[in-house]
Amino acid sequence: MRPKLKLLSDEMVNQIINEAFAALIDPGVRVLNEEALNLLAEAGAKVNMETQVALIPESIVRHALEISPSEFYLYTLDGEPVVHYGGDSVQFDPCSTAVTILDSETLEHRAPLTDDLVKFVKLVETIPQLDAQSTALICFDVVEEIADLYRLYIALNFMRKPIVTGAFRKDTLWTMKEMLVATVGGEAELVAKPVAVFDVCPSPPLMWSDLTCQNLIDCARSGIPSQLVSMPLAGATAPVTLAGAVVQHTAECMSGVTICQLAKEGAPVVWGGSPAAFDMREGTTPMGDIGTWMIDCAYIQVGKALNMPTNTYLGLSDSKVVDAQCGLESAGGTILAALVGANMVSAAGMLDFESCQSYEKLVIDAEIIGMAKRLIAGIEARDDPIAMTLMRKLGHKGAYLAEPHTLKWFKKELYIPSEVIDRSSLDGWKQKGSKTAFERAADRVNQLLATYRQPAMSEELRAELRRIASSASQKFGMDELPPLPQD
Amino acid sequence: MSIEILTQITTCIVDGERDTTIELTRQALEVGLEPMTIIDQGLMPGITIVGDKFSAGEYFLPNLVIAGTAMQKAMALLEPELRARQQTREAAGTVVIGTVKGDIHEIGKSLVATMLSANGFEVHDLGVDVPTETFVAKVKETGADLLGLSALLTTTMTVQREVIEALEADGLRTQVKVMVGGAPVTQSWAERIGADGYAEDAIGAVRIAQQLLERGRIVWVRKRPSTTPGADRRNRAC
Repeated sequence: MRPKLKLLSDEMVNQIINEAFAALIDPGVRVLNEEALNLLAEAGAKVNMETQVALIPESIVRHALEISPSEFYLYTLDGEPVVHYGGDSVQFDPCSTAVTILDSETLEHRAPLTDDLVKFVKLVETIPQLDAQSTALICFDVVEEIADLYRLYIALNFMRKPIVTGAFRKDTLWTMKEMLVATVGGEAELVAKPVAVFDVCPSPPLMWSDLTCQNLIDCARSGIPSQLVSMPLAGATAPVTLAGAVVQHTAECMSGVTICQLAKEGAPVVWGGSPAAFDMREGTTPMGDIGTWMIDCAYIQVGKALNMPTNTYLGLSDSKVVDAQCGLESAGGTILAALVGANMVSAAGMLDFESCQSYEKLVIDAEIIGMAKRLIAGIEARDDPIAMTLMRKLGHKGAYLAEPHTLKWFKKELYIPSEVIDRSSLDGWKQKGSKTAFERAADRVNQLLATYRQPAMSEELRAELRRIASSASQKFGMDELPPLPQD
Repeated sequence: MSIEILTQITTCIVDGERDTTIELTRQALEVGLEPMTIIDQGLMPGITIVGDKFSAGEYFLPNLVIAGTAMQKAMALLEPELRARQQTREAAGTVVIGTVKGDIHEIGKSLVATMLSANGFEVHDLGVDVPTETFVAKVKETGADLLGLSALLTTTMTVQREVIEALEADGLRTQVKVMVGGAPVTQSWAERIGADGYAEDAIGAVRIAQQLLERGRIVWVRKRPSTTPGADRRNRAC
């Protein structure tokens, strides 16, 4: 049996959905994008072009939810479907867009550079528990106008796994699309076998910025899947009650699905978010808060009730170093994400709310993810009878290690962690250097990186990607991009 | 009676009883208390206690904001009375505040604006996504002593520097102190862009604003000291 977690009664799910429908009519959604307002008006929403507020009738939203795909796949660059958005499939990628990286030596949160992202992408490729890449770091050695597309450029050079990404500007989305099209060999190929999903974030409460709304429309029309990252901040930009925050999340996601489907019927879009329960002392947005986790689990449940693919940011830590707080927050969130059946969980590696990536946390999180995946694989009988025959055979002899039954099942039944997790005797641990989890994680990072092999890529494609990225950077006064390791 | 009503106003501010604060302020005027007395002996002591309780970890942000808005609403009643008596309450300073261009984050900036206003500053809150030239124009128009620039994004914090440069270009930089704040903003960033002050939270911002204008020199406030030992918190929770 697959263990499943539900926090809301069916009755409450319905009430949340109904209140969200009502909120879309009054107070409506503020959309700072003319094209989206026109689409909404044409569909029958009451739009005030001056205040930029759209009052969207339930019928339009319901129709959009109905025609929105309930599932789709992301493919590797080799064309293998490895990520299933839909049903209760659960997959993991690193949390994206960190503005700092935890320096392994100094433990400073420093500005990431090209080499850091190259190393990060390679590491993600080698971690079996991670199903997808993300454009995880912002590189500060290029002009900020190309920060978004440069991440994708780096990743495409070193990855095979599909990728979660996003644009920071309207124009750069087209450059990013151009890179993806070049990589997969054509626009039709990209639509048939998408390799990337783009995050688009509404602004709480109930608003869409011009930029992110345009990204949503452009993705829909390009056949690129988009992922709605709604982030009500309970008690600050959303009601403080957990249920109230979920109502707002539902309304924001409904508005996103509606705009997406009006732009292009049947365009793939994900019901996602990164809400938080506002910290009432520090004024921060704790991702490791139990209230945050509960809002996440509840909105996933609502998304599933509406037959939508889902995404969440469960498993991040607010800690500034890889310590006990980091471990407990990452484990708690990750386990819940698996139990609730979120299709894509974007959290691994992230510290300091959503600011700092860590190679070491990434490999520790990989173990947590391994455990979480084992948890939701559930407990199976495996044999019928389950154990009786075996127990009669062995009687009171503890000789199970020698049994073929053990050899047959142990790898399926047990999750076997890497040496990041210490299970040696005290003496054994001392002999290995009395290392902490952080030190073992640092070792693991190096071991994994040593196994990385750069995937084959034609010189023409490599040059083409560089040409696309360079011509974008030249527009913003940066003539030469930093060299890549193979350059 | 009059002493009693002032004590009640203080208590109401501390307890976050916004409507009662306003009602008691009205009553205090009716029984003939001077507006200046109501402010100095009723409202302000309440705000001070709320700030202290927040610093001690006993109060939280909602307590701070409710008390601040209660103070603002009571002041709205008192200001016409002050004018009628041709009295002016000397503002602690004139502040222009806003979130920089390209950034629509509001919470932190509004919190600082509310707390500055509750502590006697004349605050001109320009809102969010404020163009650099609007900041400069408002500083010029109001003769502000202090400019508060908020930025929540690493991509917009650079605009804080642009505003400071624009003030310099306009010859206003020597007349106005500049405070910067926001999640990615640090002391070293503030120093690097030539700001005069930086604080981690709204209470720190009030303190730094007062110090900047009193002494006219650069001071830095880091994160507030944790004055409440863990044991105290546990005791309260039990």
